[in-house]
Amino acid sequence: MRKHWGLLGIFLVVCIVTALYGKNFLTAYNLMNLVQRTALFSILALGVGFVIGTGGIDLSLGSVVCLVGIAVPWLLIEHGWSPWAVVPIVLAGSALIGLGHGLLITRLRLQPFLVTLCGLLLYRGIARWMTGDQSQGFQGEFAELRSIAVGRIPLPGLEAFRLPATTIPLIVLATVAAIFLTRTVWGRWLLATGSNESAARYSGIPTARLVTGAYVACSLLAGLGGMLFIFDVGSAQPSDFGNFYELYAIAAAVLGGCSLRGGSVSVVGIVLGTATLQVLRNSINLLGLGSQLEFAVIGAVLLAGVAADELVRRWHAARLERRGAG
Amino acid sequence: MVRTILRTRGIGRRFAGVTALDGIEADVRAGEVLAIVGENGAGKSTLLKILSGVLAPSSGSIEEVDEHGHAHELRLRSVAEATQVGIALVHQELNLAEHLDLAGAILLGREHHRFGWLDLRSMHAEAARWLARVGLDLDPSTLCGSLPIAQRQLVEIAKALSANARILILDEPTSSLSARETDRLLAMLDELRRSGVAIVYVSHHLDEVLAIADRAIVLRDGRMAGTLERASMDRATIERLMVGRDLPPTTARPSLGAAPDRLVVDGVVTSHRRRRPASLVVKRGEIVGLAGLVGAGRTELLEAIAGLGHASGTIMLDGRALSGTMAQRVARGLAIVPEDRARHGLFTLDPVRTNVSMAWLPRGAHVGMVDHAGERDLVDGMITRLRLRPSDPARRVQTLSGGNQQKTVLGRWLAVEPSVLLLDEPTRGVDVGARHDIHEAIRAAATTGCAVLFASSDLEEVLLLADRILVMHDGAIAGELARESATEVAIMGLATGGALEAAR
Ligand SMILES: Nc1ncnc2c1ncn2[C@@H]1O[C@H](COP(=O)(O)OP(=O)(O)OP(=O)(O)O)[C@@H](O)[C@H]1O
Ligand SMILES: [Mg+2]
Repeated sequence: MRKHWGLLGIFLVVCIVTALYGKNFLTAYNLMNLVQRTALFSILALGVGFVIGTGGIDLSLGSVVCLVGIAVPWLLIEHGWSPWAVVPIVLAGSALIGLGHGLLITRLRLQPFLVTLCGLLLYRGIARWMTGDQSQGFQGEFAELRSIAVGRIPLPGLEAFRLPATTIPLIVLATVAAIFLTRTVWGRWLLATGSNESAARYSGIPTARLVTGAYVACSLLAGLGGMLFIFDVGSAQPSDFGNFYELYAIAAAVLGGCSLRGGSVSVVGIVLGTATLQVLRNSINLLGLGSQLEFAVIGAVLLAGVAADELVRRWHAARLERRGAG
Repeated sequence: MVRTILRTRGIGRRFAGVTALDGIEADVRAGEVLAIVGENGAGKSTLLKILSGVLAPSSGSIEEVDEHGHAHELRLRSVAEATQVGIALVHQELNLAEHLDLAGAILLGREHHRFGWLDLRSMHAEAARWLARVGLDLDPSTLCGSLPIAQRQLVEIAKALSANARILILDEPTSSLSARETDRLLAMLDELRRSGVAIVYVSHHLDEVLAIADRAIVLRDGRMAGTLERASMDRATIERLMVGRDLPPTTARPSLGAAPDRLVVDGVVTSHRRRRPASLVVKRGEIVGLAGLVGAGRTELLEAIAGLGHASGTIMLDGRALSGTMAQRVARGLAIVPEDRARHGLFTLDPVRTNVSMAWLPRGAHVGMVDHAGERDLVDGMITRLRLRPSDPARRVQTLSGGNQQKTVLGRWLAVEPSVLLLDEPTRGVDVGARHDIHEAIRAAATTGCAVLFASSDLEEVLLLADRILVMHDGAIAGELARESATEVAIMGLATGGALEAAR
């Protein structure tokens, strides 16, 4: 937790500034929305966190969100399939996508950046072609199924604020991920693979399997996220659904202290990083800065955050050095 | 004529509360070889790094002395500045950029160019000259990453030579060289000394020190334990100053009698180049040494047995075929301590604890969960058993001295109580005391039934540790020597491919 003080500081500053100078920040409606978006994007960021932990990258997850998010209403409404078939099929499909990435990267030794960049183009292309580029939606049906994402759980003592249902999968997934990374043998090995892949191989660690597993987890979570996103919004355009989501996820992980060189991942950091980005987007809106500025602001904050982190690290190292010298 | 050109005045260096060096007074003289000796962690590398601008001293100063004997302080803020005043360092841990070709690596920072364009032809010509100088017959366009470790070491030396240094500093340059390359290197250093270059030399091989050094500084726990002139230098004196304790005698090896075969290697050919098949047997509890020249294929053979890299032929463990990936073989009880610890052995940014427990984790795990208490006990035990210093499991491996890094990798595998232990240069860069500790640990593993196969370029070590010696030449086993009948001369004869029949 100690290494997240900086990020927590940024998060609080953005919250306070928005609360003071913006309209409607502290309304129950706005907060519920924020929690909802944080939960959904955190699920994506957790997935890419695993991949980043192995020293890789996944650029395709936004397109996987799109493909899955489009496929669900397409299969349910256009083709009339049963939800009992659709949900497992799209999840299995996204896991298969990850398996494909993993095998290409570990067996063929292609670079993760390249493989997933091709994925980014490929899956969006398929989604658009499959639906004839037509918007897909639930047309008011399947309300029960959609309540997984749009449901709100009443909290005792609070009237207006009800907890978005998506926090439940997030809490479960984040807990599992945190336990996996810090308590299990495979988690340790995953991070070891990220910090020195060949030393890991020479230690008898099945690196190829771990790396493949990380890509499977990433795409699977992207698929799950895609499903929850479409349940949340109800209908979407294949041409822009999930656009740039991979970048939000990667940015959140990096803000949360995951090193792109691999070997270190923090679940708390990822969730906090996602929350910070979402509050930032929200505050740009509420402060009336104009949504055109959104990317510029996020880019600037990310850069400042990463630079500050590096400076603090150096300062800390220098202080240790000096203390040694004194 | 011998004249001091560099002098240190009470140099000290501390790292986060640890005193690595304190009060070092050293004279570096033109035309002289100054040896720095000491145990692992004594501060040798730290001193060399300070002399070459890699590290700044926490106290004391360096003085440059000119022809007239006037001294003035030299403040080195970077390696580049040290290079400018003619100081070049060959690091203990290899760090060539793997994607560069030899010409690029050797002339890094001093590339030839014409109007901003690289002049590759003249770079290659110059690189070829320096490669020839260190006895490497390689194309300057070869990639560094593709070279075996000994050759990379020689390339590092070529790189330092090419800077035309007045002061050449070498940190354990021979730790991965075999006897023949070592001799060649020593001859080369002698030649440089004659031409007036000052050489600072670190090695754990005291015979090298005795052969070449004009003076020796002995360090113990970061302090000067003594300075010896050539006349007063002998092995016993140096060791006494260095260790400060007498080494206990080595455990006697039990006779193996009719122990069953544990590891059987039959007709293994590795995919590297054209190689002849290698076959060998290691019995339960036996320690077999693999000797041979650099490039004889020892590392390739060990890696083939471990399932790293492609190879044909059969390998059996306890009568059952051993195949599949390294991970699958490790599950059957195989362990390998690699030659290149920085690249293949260590997670340098992680603490000693996770480095040591890495391979043990699944054994201590309950339903996949790491047993943290068990891990702590294991690592503490291993630190005591191998006398790792400093004995702090939270210490980042990067900050350990070379010998202690080696112990860390060995500890990882001793922790799993392997049935086959493969070691590639098990005591590379390890001092006499620590070498003794490591040898004892290997003997103890063998006593419990582990089949040990180790490769070493250090003939003394082969004779000291092995029950039986196999000599490799060009990928195949050129001959076998029993411990009693083995001599350095007999091993070298087989290693160079001659006298195969005569030795039988
Ligand atoms: N960056 C660092 N941070 C903390 N401690 C360090 C660092 N570098 C070296 N040390 C410590 O300083 C001491 C001297 O280390 P040094 O590498 O100079 O030993 P050495 O004599 O070269 O040993 P070896 O023969 O094993 O190479 C050791 O105790 C080591 O742990
Ligand atoms: Mg050293």
